[in-house]
Amino acid sequence: MSAVLASDLAASAPRPRQGSALRRRAAAWLAQGAAIVAFIALWHAAAATHARLGIVSFENVPTPLAALEAGRDLVDSGKLGRHLGFSLWRVGAGFLSAAALGVTLGLAIGRFHAARRALLPPLELLRPIPAVAWIPLAILMFPSTELSMVFITFVGALFPVLLNTIHGVEGVDRRLVASARSLGAGRWAMFAQVILPAAAPSIATGMAIGMGTCWFCLVSAEMISGQFGIGYYTWESYTLQNYGGIVVGMLVIGLLGMGCSALIRGAARIAMPWARTETAR
Amino acid sequence: MTATLGRIDIEHVHMEVGEGAGRFEALHDVSLRLEPGEFVCLLGPSGCGKSTLLGALAGHLAPARGTVRVECMAVDGPDPRRGLVFQQHTLFPWLRVIDNVAFGLKMKGVGRASRHARAHALLESVGLAGFEMRWPSQLSGGMQQRVEIARVLINEPHVLLMDEPFGALDALTRSRMQQLLLEVWERFRTTVVFVTHDIDEALFLADRLLVMSARPGRIVEDRRLDFARPREATLVTSHEFVALKRHCLQLLHGGEVDTPLPRMTPLGPPIATS
Repeated sequence: MSAVLASDLAASAPRPRQGSALRRRAAAWLAQGAAIVAFIALWHAAAATHARLGIVSFENVPTPLAALEAGRDLVDSGKLGRHLGFSLWRVGAGFLSAAALGVTLGLAIGRFHAARRALLPPLELLRPIPAVAWIPLAILMFPSTELSMVFITFVGALFPVLLNTIHGVEGVDRRLVASARSLGAGRWAMFAQVILPAAAPSIATGMAIGMGTCWFCLVSAEMISGQFGIGYYTWESYTLQNYGGIVVGMLVIGLLGMGCSALIRGAARIAMPWARTETAR
Repeated sequence: MTATLGRIDIEHVHMEVGEGAGRFEALHDVSLRLEPGEFVCLLGPSGCGKSTLLGALAGHLAPARGTVRVECMAVDGPDPRRGLVFQQHTLFPWLRVIDNVAFGLKMKGVGRASRHARAHALLESVGLAGFEMRWPSQLSGGMQQRVEIARVLINEPHVLLMDEPFGALDALTRSRMQQLLLEVWERFRTTVVFVTHDIDEALFLADRLLVMSARPGRIVEDRRLDFARPREATLVTSHEFVALKRHCLQLLHGGEVDTPLPRMTPLGPPIATS
């Protein structure tokens, strides 16, 4: 049995690196880097020559260097922190409230027929409405534009979290539930010890998707109303004809969305150590 | 041990499974008394209702008619005193082996240190000392079933219900697991109801063999097995064993059902996912 143990430990430890594997990896990195450089070079060529390609025109598209300059201006202006702070706050508040409500409702709907009958029909009615379509009504409903923007991001994240939680709860192996009952689990323990952890991978997926839609909705909301925020900055750059700033805003939004999704994935990995080992053997 | 600890009384039980038009009688008028500490094997073809009967004993299925009593009390739901082991393990993938075994004690509110001590001792008795901190997915099929058995035993059940627990294991592992189960049973002396369609397995393990016919399930033979204990692996080649096996084969093939019926489970009709 100690032999089994040793081989298992070896499987979960990082593999010893071999020269050829390292070289292959380096080649792959090099190819990927070259592709990105080529893309930027094409962008530069199109923007610098003000190319007109049929229906697409690069006449007013800033060059990579112009974008870089606009980025430096943004940093020098000292406003970057405020733009980021406002956007992150809105996404954070909207996402966290959506996650809390989505998981709670999802657990109830997935587990109790009464909750399903009472809650699912109205939610299904609201679901096809894109969060962005809520913007005018949200402005009317909330006392401040700040809260209405948070509400938009909340709507964006709610449905992915809710639907994936329901899906996860419905997918719980009923033999696990039966075993837990046979082992003496009561109603509350069943929720906390069995249903929630069993649905956790699905919930994490919902949250990762929800985080993406959160950013999507935030930027739309900020473009329409707001004084700060990275979406607002992007739209302001357009109205002020600071075309380099548009690209800077786009890139920052992309990076923030990517970072937040990575954060969710990292948190899920820490919260679900058992899911990591499944492929280790 | 008092006279009723782990005794099971089944009186005129009829069971139906399935929904709507697909509903059928899975068990027809079964009456049995299982004595405390008895190792009973339920042998029968796939779909004959033996797992359904097990489900009724576990409290996951309710009889259409008749009563099931364990220790003179009518079964009205699952209970930690009646441990159930499925064919495929049902360990919680999110709990380490030790916490899976200790789950029943956690439900009773036993503190972490003492429940881990108990779980550790049980893991040792099923030969899995040193595997406490593994995840279930890191164990082989045989090890998973041993953890499953330890997890059920921690509740000190008076009745151990097993639904083809070794059916998914390879022949060698299966034979080792049968030995292990007998060792564990000698120590804990619970009543065991063991469902199988493997004649060798049933004859090797049981004190008492119940053979069932196919749909609707009925007991067609109730026989004591007096092979000496502890039983050795060589028992299966003995003359009496082979003669009994031939007898069981005739019983099982005497039925007129040619097409195999879908396997049922203690939770009702077949589960699509397994």
